[in-house]
Amino acid sequence: MIQRLCVAEDMAEGEEIFDEMHGFGEGVRAPYAGYDCWFDKTTPSALLKKSRDAQTFFRRTGITFNVYGQAEADERLIPFDLVPRIIGASEWALLVRGIEQRVKAINAFLYDIYHRQEIVRAGRLPERLIRENDAFLPNMIGFDPPGGIYTHIVGIDLVRTGPNEFFVLEDNARTPSGVSYMLENRETMLKMFPELFAQMSVQRVSGYPMALRRSLERSAPQQASGRPTVAILTPGIHNSAYFEHAFLADQMGVELVEGHDLRVVGGRVAMRTTQGYEPIDVLYRRVDDDFLDPLNFRSESMLGVAGIFDVYRAGGITIANAPGTGIADDKAIYSYMPDIVEFYTGQAPLLKNVPTWRCAEADSLSYVLEHLDELVVKEVHGSGGYGMLVGPAASKKEIAAFRKKLEARPSNYIAQPTLALSTVPVLTKAGLSPRHVDLRPFVLVSSDGVEVTPGGLTRVAMKKGSLVVNSSQGGGTKDTWVLKEG
Amino acid sequence: MRLTVDHTSTYSYETGVSYALQQVRKRPVSLPSQSILSWDLTIDGAHWETSYTDHHGNLVDLIQLEPGVTSVSVSVKGEVETHDTSGVVGGHSQLVPLWLYQRHTALTAPAKGLRALAGKFSRHPAQDIGVLHELMAEIAGAVTYQTNETDSHTTAEDALQQGQGVCQDHAHIFIAVARLLGYPARYVGGYLMMTDRVDQDAGHAWAEAWVDGLGWTGFDVSNGISPDARYIQVATGLDYSDAAPIRGLVYGAGRENLVVSIQVQQ
Repeated sequence: MIQRLCVAEDMAEGEEIFDEMHGFGEGVRAPYAGYDCWFDKTTPSALLKKSRDAQTFFRRTGITFNVYGQAEADERLIPFDLVPRIIGASEWALLVRGIEQRVKAINAFLYDIYHRQEIVRAGRLPERLIRENDAFLPNMIGFDPPGGIYTHIVGIDLVRTGPNEFFVLEDNARTPSGVSYMLENRETMLKMFPELFAQMSVQRVSGYPMALRRSLERSAPQQASGRPTVAILTPGIHNSAYFEHAFLADQMGVELVEGHDLRVVGGRVAMRTTQGYEPIDVLYRRVDDDFLDPLNFRSESMLGVAGIFDVYRAGGITIANAPGTGIADDKAIYSYMPDIVEFYTGQAPLLKNVPTWRCAEADSLSYVLEHLDELVVKEVHGSGGYGMLVGPAASKKEIAAFRKKLEARPSNYIAQPTLALSTVPVLTKAGLSPRHVDLRPFVLVSSDGVEVTPGGLTRVAMKKGSLVVNSSQGGGTKDTWVLKEG
Repeated sequence: MRLTVDHTSTYSYETGVSYALQQVRKRPVSLPSQSILSWDLTIDGAHWETSYTDHHGNLVDLIQLEPGVTSVSVSVKGEVETHDTSGVVGGHSQLVPLWLYQRHTALTAPAKGLRALAGKFSRHPAQDIGVLHELMAEIAGAVTYQTNETDSHTTAEDALQQGQGVCQDHAHIFIAVARLLGYPARYVGGYLMMTDRVDQDAGHAWAEAWVDGLGWTGFDVSNGISPDARYIQVATGLDYSDAAPIRGLVYGAGRENLVVSIQVQQ
């Protein structure tokens, strides 16, 4: 499931928008030169036909996305646009350095929060943010996860406002989804436009599943012997991201399991096979913390494995991502990320945060209340673009209603300005037309280091002028190309 | 004082167990107030899966019951050298932040009765020990020690309203009120050697509150004293469910019956 936020429904008038293909109107930018050249030689009608072919292809392979609350359509196709989003090698290198720094800081932060909490002792992060945070998992205190890794798989959501202006919108440190779209979008594009890939040097993303497997294998607990056994734990077929779980297991060549396939055997968590129980070394779980273990967490959970947390604390299995990592992608913590990066790396953050007002603070709250019509206000624990106010797009009545909620529980909210999100052209019946985009690169972390797949998920607002890219709110996706050096 | 402990818990089930996992917290660790000289755990009708230290610093053994059994017993036998520290356990060596011990749990959630009780006290920085001793006496007066009136799921509020309970209820009420007054407080499960007998009726429980300058300090409401050399601490936590000697999941066993035999002697 891909979800999360939008930035705003409509931009302030007159603000200059950076288009990733055409810049601020100065002509085609270098990364798009090859594509532009190719595009000039194709006819719009041929492209539109390919676009329809692509939709058929997706329908066949089954990439769909369950939208909550849309009862009439259990599964719906996410619109796919076949104009790629292209990122140059040097732009990408800049992003990768920033992402590596941020992900290392997130892991160091998680270690610290579950150990001495030096960052709180140093006065750099208010204790309240940990103390009042539902994602803080006391059971993790004092435990060293195998390899010291908490977030094996991370998705960093980025937006862009200029040639070198990138902002992190959100850190997805629990269970970042959407990687199957990155892989399927590329496969579709390779099928549609083989000649284009022959002309341009686009970095491959198809190595992701094996890179994920290797990365997880490197995080095996010490008790593992031989080549580590990896499995993916899914809540089951009714989960909105089930397709992705099944797809990844297939691509990685590992078992897809559900809670009832697993049990504690010989001090390990083992899966039922035709040859009896086989211990699992690394479990990539797509089940939330609360439901992971009925013995230790919610006792009514049917999705988890009783005793898995005991085995975990005893060093008998690696759980990826570690339980309790959700504290790092809380939106109130997000506003402290620049301090967090600096505290643990000793360096200034390379990637910027979107300026954020914490409504828990009196000064910020009064500013936000005065500027509700300009700001985006989000719930600290919300996601998917639900439960938020998009000031510029809201009616007076909506703003008034939201004001009441905000005043009743200010600490539940943060506010951000509406950013002038960059655009990338999409194919319309009238030719190319700019639409706002964001980017989620996928990051793997192991004790050997951080690996960022050259590509990612580009989400695009399909409606002209809209800044809402969430697939739950009708957004689409694009293939993301990272060009090779030179 | 050198104490020996011999403790067996035997569970019997109406029908054979189909699947069961239990966390066993029956292994004490050495502390300023106690040195563990020897300690053995044996299980019958189940097998050991793994062991680890939980976030409160308790040693936990995970055991799995043999399929089909109708009886399981877990025994510990050991020898401990104890020291009278006047109830002061001292510094906080775990990584658990003290504020976690100010968090109410389902068993210690305050309602009217507990709030009214807390209203009779106020926290004076220089008189913490005095305030907490008064609280201990007040609870002992309000809730008579009486077995079989409460069980392991009884909340502090319910026990207080009922006016009867056992050491576990006393400890929960003390913890709940201490937290309302702003003290970090925790539950302690362990043993007490009653000097007039060898066979003890049950395991014991008391409470600890964090007192600035002293550290964790014990209060045994049921006996009206702070723990001395007759006490052995086995497990701690936010409430009974964190420190229970045995807790887990049992499927397909029908009604469960528990018989406990405990001997503590010098």
